[in-house]
Amino acid sequence: MTTSSAEMRTLAREIRGQVVQMSHARKTAHLGSSLSCVDIVVAAYWGVLRVDPQNPWDPGRDRFILSKGHAATTLYAALARRGYYDASVLESYNRDGGHLAEHPCWRCVPGVEASTGSLGHGLPLALGMALAGRIQGPRYRCFVLQSDGECEEGAVWEAALFAAAQKIDNVAVIIDYNKWQATGRSNEVMALAPLIDKWRAFGWSACELDGHDLPALVTALEKVPDGSGKPLAIVAHTVKGKGVSFMEDDNNWHYRTPSADELQAARRELGLA
Amino acid sequence: MRNAFAASITALAAKDDRVVVLSGDIGNRLFDAFKDQHPARFYNCGVAEANMTGMAAGMAMCGLRPFTYTITPFATTRVMEQIRIDVCYHNLPVTIVGTGSGLSYASLGPTHHSVEDVAFLRALPNMTVVCPADAAEVRVALAAILKIDGPVYLRLGKKGEPVVHQEPPALVIGRGLTLREGSDVCLLGLGNMVAPALEAAALLEGRGISAKVVSMHTVKPLDDDLLRDVLNRFAVVAVVEEHSRIGGLGSAVAEWAAAEECRTTARLLSLGTPDFFLPESGSQRYLRKQFGLTPDAIADAVAHGCQIEKKAEALA
Repeated sequence: MTTSSAEMRTLAREIRGQVVQMSHARKTAHLGSSLSCVDIVVAAYWGVLRVDPQNPWDPGRDRFILSKGHAATTLYAALARRGYYDASVLESYNRDGGHLAEHPCWRCVPGVEASTGSLGHGLPLALGMALAGRIQGPRYRCFVLQSDGECEEGAVWEAALFAAAQKIDNVAVIIDYNKWQATGRSNEVMALAPLIDKWRAFGWSACELDGHDLPALVTALEKVPDGSGKPLAIVAHTVKGKGVSFMEDDNNWHYRTPSADELQAARRELGLA
Repeated sequence: MRNAFAASITALAAKDDRVVVLSGDIGNRLFDAFKDQHPARFYNCGVAEANMTGMAAGMAMCGLRPFTYTITPFATTRVMEQIRIDVCYHNLPVTIVGTGSGLSYASLGPTHHSVEDVAFLRALPNMTVVCPADAAEVRVALAAILKIDGPVYLRLGKKGEPVVHQEPPALVIGRGLTLREGSDVCLLGLGNMVAPALEAAALLEGRGISAKVVSMHTVKPLDDDLLRDVLNRFAVVAVVEEHSRIGGLGSAVAEWAAAEECRTTARLLSLGTPDFFLPESGSQRYLRKQFGLTPDAIADAVAHGCQIEKKAEALA
């Protein structure tokens, strides 16, 4: 499908509004983390992924794994907008007996490709999916959205070494590099920087970009596989809480939930009220 | 057992193109035939078991039947997180194969012992736990495992274990295999302790005690009918395992009795490894001796249990 940049920007604003609303309604944390990756998810689902929401488990589809499962509201809202299910399903988010938990569960609704929430699981799963494609035939692509704090998990680097050795070039990792983790600056808690150099040193193609620049994201993601025989790491510089001025780069919004007034203020800023 | 596994998985892979073997940098020559015949379906995943286990789950999500294979503690307890989330939470048909289980690699020290693995893995929802007694049980179990649509833990010994079955056994997952009938006591053997249990039964016969011996190759799900029968019929039921008394088959049988409201009169004996790391080097034979897991020690423990039961009966 072809979606213009202007349409994607509108979608991103609307999804941000939905995400803030869900956090407010169900008093759930990780709002800042959900907002920082909205543009990445929009670029993937509206600009890059070869998927059919009417045939969500087509064996030949591209896979998108939200490895930073704490940004579940962004995935849920995006999948609804993309037509995987009706927006009314979002009302069951975090309700007793509902389908949508605070972290996504595999196939809880059409389009959720893996159960995530514990960090560092998405990339190994994606490599397994990519090798399954190699064994069985279809040449689909696997995209993994990770947080920067998630790069502290050892399993990520086990997977990085293996992917390069096996030349698994139909896998890409997008790092939502918002510079924060739960309790501090991600470059201070652990020595993540220079992050792009680390992926290159592990044998990956790597690029960095503004993670809120939708055309740049589409261009980068479309390159997979890039012809080098290497997997691709996209270091996407983002702002935690992006789109709502009083949440931007304020790590209190890792755990805080918005009041009714704050929800209204956010909706006004997003041009939704 | 490991040679039987390698030969059987190679043969099964010829008939079932979903079978994939992921090795944690071990068994290089062991899998030569598999690699020759199915080169696209073998991956040496390096010394990186977390990634290996996660990749197996990703393959299973796409319809494959992966087997992860390495030394037991590294295939199991090291990657509990990946087994719990990637394999069991997704309820995927991945088989975790641990080789050198229990005290098989005794001389390598406690880093290479696995006497807690059954406790950990049987606690996981969706998991089936299979511990074959010998190479013949491995062959039959492997074909049966391929028909299970969920996670399996296959706990292997090493190579050259005593032969328990002269013929391929009629092994059914979840049903204990009775190897010898008896009328006084029942020995429930786990994996590589089935052979010593059979020897212990022969020793007990010489002391006038008739022992039934069962290969309890499936720890989860347990054989309800068999446990109901033996816990009601025998004065002593002894579990014999190369596993900690905390959380192994002995614990599983005791939990079963508690949950089933089983009015057992049997004395339950749990013969396994103790709650400490042995601070000295030694062979499997030496460690079994230290831990009371030789045929003689098993027979003594069971005979002692019988005496206590007889005294209690006399008093009553």
